[in-house]
Amino acid sequence: MLELENVTKVFNRGSIDEKVALQGINLKVSKGDFITIIGSNGAGKTTLLNSITGSVLVDDGNVIIDGLDVTHLSEFMRGKFIGRVFQNPLMGTASEMTVEENLSMALLRGKSRGLRKGVTENHRRTYKPILQTLGLGLEDRLSDRVGLLSGGQRQSLAILMATLALPKLLLLDEHTASLDPKTAAVVMDLTERVVKENALTTLMVTHNMEQAIRHGDRLIMMHEGRIILDVSGGEKSRLTVPEVVERFGVVDEKLLLV
Amino acid sequence: MLNILIVALLQGFEYALVTLGVMLSFRIIRFPDLTIEGSFPLGGAITASMIAAGLQPVFGVVVSLFAGFAAGILTGVLNTKFKISKLLSGLLVMTILFTINLRIMGRSNIPLLYFGTILTPIEKLIPKSSLPLIFFFLIVILLSKWLVDKFLMTELGLALRATGDNEQMIKSLGVDTDFTNILGLGMANALIALSGSLITQDQGFADISMGVGVMVTGLAAMIIGETLLRPKNMWWLSTAMILGTVVYYFVISVGLRLGLAPTDLKLATGLMVAVALCAPALRDRYGVSKILREAKRRALVKGRSLG
Repeated sequence: MLELENVTKVFNRGSIDEKVALQGINLKVSKGDFITIIGSNGAGKTTLLNSITGSVLVDDGNVIIDGLDVTHLSEFMRGKFIGRVFQNPLMGTASEMTVEENLSMALLRGKSRGLRKGVTENHRRTYKPILQTLGLGLEDRLSDRVGLLSGGQRQSLAILMATLALPKLLLLDEHTASLDPKTAAVVMDLTERVVKENALTTLMVTHNMEQAIRHGDRLIMMHEGRIILDVSGGEKSRLTVPEVVERFGVVDEKLLLV
Repeated sequence: MLNILIVALLQGFEYALVTLGVMLSFRIIRFPDLTIEGSFPLGGAITASMIAAGLQPVFGVVVSLFAGFAAGILTGVLNTKFKISKLLSGLLVMTILFTINLRIMGRSNIPLLYFGTILTPIEKLIPKSSLPLIFFFLIVILLSKWLVDKFLMTELGLALRATGDNEQMIKSLGVDTDFTNILGLGMANALIALSGSLITQDQGFADISMGVGVMVTGLAAMIIGETLLRPKNMWWLSTAMILGTVVYYFVISVGLRLGLAPTDLKLATGLMVAVALCAPALRDRYGVSKILREAKRRALVKGRSLG
């Protein structure tokens, strides 16, 4: 599904601020994989996601999605088949627009947008049961502006929007990090359910080691732009936080926060 | 007084097209577009030249629309494809248009006194009355508003609004925001050039400097309308644009009647915008609801101390 071949990215090359973000990353992701990516600050996790979405253009190497070399494809072209949820709940939704308008925009991912009505009665009938499953009461607030919602509600909506049109690839960039623990748990449950129900190929970056171990079926640990650990299947399910710490040292104390 | 009202209504409906265009660029796609000051006289220059050359006035209107659209596209392309800043892109096109407008007209002023315009048959309906014209411009602005409202609720319209609201998000949904920005600017400037074309025909001349200050007027009208109606959705937002323009010209007309010199108008406009911008803060501090709330609280405290 996704293949990274020798992907390299250096910021501010040749200057005093030179920062090697990715050092020849090789990664093969199969269809339906749910991969968690963990690593300390500056390990290259976000740059990795950004080089897949095209927000960052790589210096070297290739990015291949579903057999298509997208290395030189612009961000919006890749947006047609990549769903993305950001850390900041404000980034995944349009705050001046209503809940139903946001969902309608997401429904048209990868399709052409014409002069048909943006939100129809038919749409509303589809959205209501989907929103009902969130249990946040959003099904009664279809015509409310998203700016009126709480952070947790907005992030839940962002997850629905990222997955509504079933993307080939779902990228989650620390999407629970800015929520309070209780809301984070609710959003994580929703993520787990949506990913499972639709068998979405998913990459989830997290700062939280416990979360990285509990979710997904493959775990990747990054350090200084390299992948230093890649476990899956039985080996991953047996993984514990103390074990990882013992093998790799406490790379970052924040990783231990539950 | 009635006279002032009639003048304000006529000018308000005429210039509401400009405010609607300003809304599209400044509010919908959030692009501070300076092209306006060039595309407004562009509409006037094209229309006046074509009428003076003996062509049907209606062609002038249509060509103005397309020319305004093209001017907006140029600004959009400079910004999105060549990464020139938004302000500078608009400024460049505005400057370029000044020369283009002069070339089109061949001189700095074209009077249309001896030519028929598309407004001539309408003016003749009731001699010496502005009512037919007011009615005509009301229909034009309502039709434009209806079209803009409808468009902003379409699939493409939603993408356009999201471009101003959260460009990163709509890009990640696979929308080419270069295209939506360019389209928004094209539409805004088409409306503004149309306004320039119609106003030229009403006032009976095109002048190279007719665009000076038109952007500030549009912004002032937009801010006044928003302050008065506090619009919650697209329909109310575009309604606020029309109301704001009429109120703006009403205040200006009253000011002129009270002895304000035409040279003072810029000061009056500036003050009006400042007052409109101060209104939300003033409302919070001294508004009716605040006073009522205070009174209630005092009554409650008093009641409790008595009880």
